[in-house]
Amino acid sequence: MTTDVTKTTEKTPVEAPETTTGGRIYRPLADIVETPDAVTLMLEMPGVGAEDVDVTLEKRVLTIRGKVHPAQPEKLQLVYAEYGEGDYERSFTMSDDFDADKISASVSNGVLTVTLPRAVEAKPKKIAVTTA
Amino acid sequence: MLVPAFNRRNDPFAIMRSMMRDFDRLSPTRLAQPVFPAVNVWQGEEAVAITAELPGVDPEAIDISVKDNVLTIAGQRTVPETPENARWHRNERTYGRFSRAIRLPFAASDDKVEARMSNGVLRIVVGRPEEDKPRKIEIKAA
Repeated sequence: MTTDVTKTTEKTPVEAPETTTGGRIYRPLADIVETPDAVTLMLEMPGVGAEDVDVTLEKRVLTIRGKVHPAQPEKLQLVYAEYGEGDYERSFTMSDDFDADKISASVSNGVLTVTLPRAVEAKPKKIAVTTA
Repeated sequence: MLVPAFNRRNDPFAIMRSMMRDFDRLSPTRLAQPVFPAVNVWQGEEAVAITAELPGVDPEAIDISVKDNVLTIAGQRTVPETPENARWHRNERTYGRFSRAIRLPFAASDDKVEARMSNGVLRIVVGRPEEDKPRKIEIKAA
């Protein structure tokens, strides 16, 4: 084995504001894919169950929060740590054309998938330009 | 390292720049690929536990093996399936094969290893074998 310091994949803590409890908040990594009908976000939130996710869309800002229940094994002490545990939070500014009632979200293996279908009336309408 | 002399006259930083370029060429650009997954190690009297965050990895796709005192976690992160006409806005997550070996403070036997996965967090508990535990020595009266 080498004596080099191992560089692991890092989690980015969210900048300000702090939490009142002193716990850390991390910014989940995201993959965002767009199709003509919907926008899908996939966020890595390990340790977050389906019941601990909060997705809101307010004034075009989509906010995703995930609450972590720290996995502390009983009777054992942490002797070496490469990652921290904490809640997740991230927001995105969306274009106006999403229907808040139709947003669906699911959690699988620590990845949250949020699908925002485009509102019907917002699907691109072609405007014919006539010459005067 | 050859430094062209004519550069020196009009640009004092040219030498430094050319040296930096040489350094860049010598070091592979992606020398320090981050190691995945990051692990936390917990220790106690009876066992050692290893926790790792593996979001998006199917428990079926994870391979855990123990050989003497080395525990290996290997597997694959697959790219999510997307429709053909999909357009990627962001791709911050990484995919591909991964493997990580962790040295344990004692040699573990296979039947003393227990792994559990919930919500993308893997938890492996390795029991300490009896022969490794400290023995209490009684002091006999003379």
